Amino acid sequence: MAAGTFPTARSASSAAAPQNGLTIEIGGIPIFLETSDPAFRGLLFDRYSGFVNPAAAPAYHLEIRLEPSAQPSDQDVRVSKSGGVWRLERGDFRAEWDMHSRRGWVRQTPNPYSIDAVLRIVHSLLLAEEGGFLVHAASGVREGRAFVFSGISGAGKTTMARLAPRDVEVLTDEISYIRRSGSGYHAYGTPFAGEMARVGANLKAPLAALYFLEKGPAGRIDPVGQLAAARALLRNILFFADDQELVKRVFESAVEFVSRVPVARFTFAPDERAWELVG
Amino acid sequence: MSEKYIVRSSAVAARELGGEMVIMSAADSTIFSLSEVATRIWQAADGRTPLSEIVERRVCAEFDVPLDAAYRDAEAFVEELSSHGILRVSDQPLTDAEPRAPEAP
Repeated sequence: MAAGTFPTARSASSAAAPQNGLTIEIGGIPIFLETSDPAFRGLLFDRYSGFVNPAAAPAYHLEIRLEPSAQPSDQDVRVSKSGGVWRLERGDFRAEWDMHSRRGWVRQTPNPYSIDAVLRIVHSLLLAEEGGFLVHAASGVREGRAFVFSGISGAGKTTMARLAPRDVEVLTDEISYIRRSGSGYHAYGTPFAGEMARVGANLKAPLAALYFLEKGPAGRIDPVGQLAAARALLRNILFFADDQELVKRVFESAVEFVSRVPVARFTFAPDERAWELVG
Repeated sequence: MSEKYIVRSSAVAARELGGEMVIMSAADSTIFSLSEVATRIWQAADGRTPLSEIVERRVCAEFDVPLDAAYRDAEAFVEELSSHGILRVSDQPLTDAEPRAPEAP
């Protein structure tokens, strides 16, 4: 493990695990996923293996009930808020999430994609409360400091993750997890994988820089003004709802972030030189 | 000339960033950055102070520009922000607005 980083969850112990579910701790936030189906529990255990933490006291609770069939999942997720309760809906799942009671439920078929989508949304809502966010970005830890590489699909997130040298621990190739920490931020590993289809390392590290990716013939780093940085960041933050209070929070979070963290445009050659300028 | 009254919409988020006022519409996530002059008008948009008074006190007095030209520019600026729902404009004081903005120091 790189110096300055530390694990955020202990390795799972099936002997200590409760029989009606499992606790998934992502970003230091443990959520208990309750399911009475042992096969689905096993599927979740495998899917989130590095993030299962039976020793953590769950801060939140999601009850999953499996349904036999559902519509295809290629439609957009719809997220709305009513009476303090968030409603999440896509063809393959329905869910509710009550921030106040810290509980929610999910109705879905026995597949890992539905609960993965629900967890992304729930974590994005939780992070919005405290000035953090999930962002379309790869991230990695080098010498105890985290570097985040953001961009749209095709910008090079997975490429950067694939080309990470041995001294870099990849936190994710797809969705980076950013939390406020004192006057700065920490980046956390996530199991939300992209094309690499590999969960990230379950680590956290203080955030050193955010880079917006561009592929080019050679590596270079160019400064980005704060306004341009805020605009670009807002385009890449995972954002599911039209709720005005949430929009304001995300805006505040992005502006605060770019005023505290170095942000630059990172042009990189998609080969073994990719990480030469990082660190 | 009929008076205009302007008030900031509640459906926006605004923050100063690198010396500029940055505003985002919560309705459509459009982002605006305001010039220094536009920022003064934005900050004074309390729904109770006539636009002409805002321009005279916050723009002309501080930036040494003639009233007619400054007012025309202010009208265009107000029109644009209004079209995005960032400001509300009325020919009457907006009584549901917040208390009148404090005088500039």
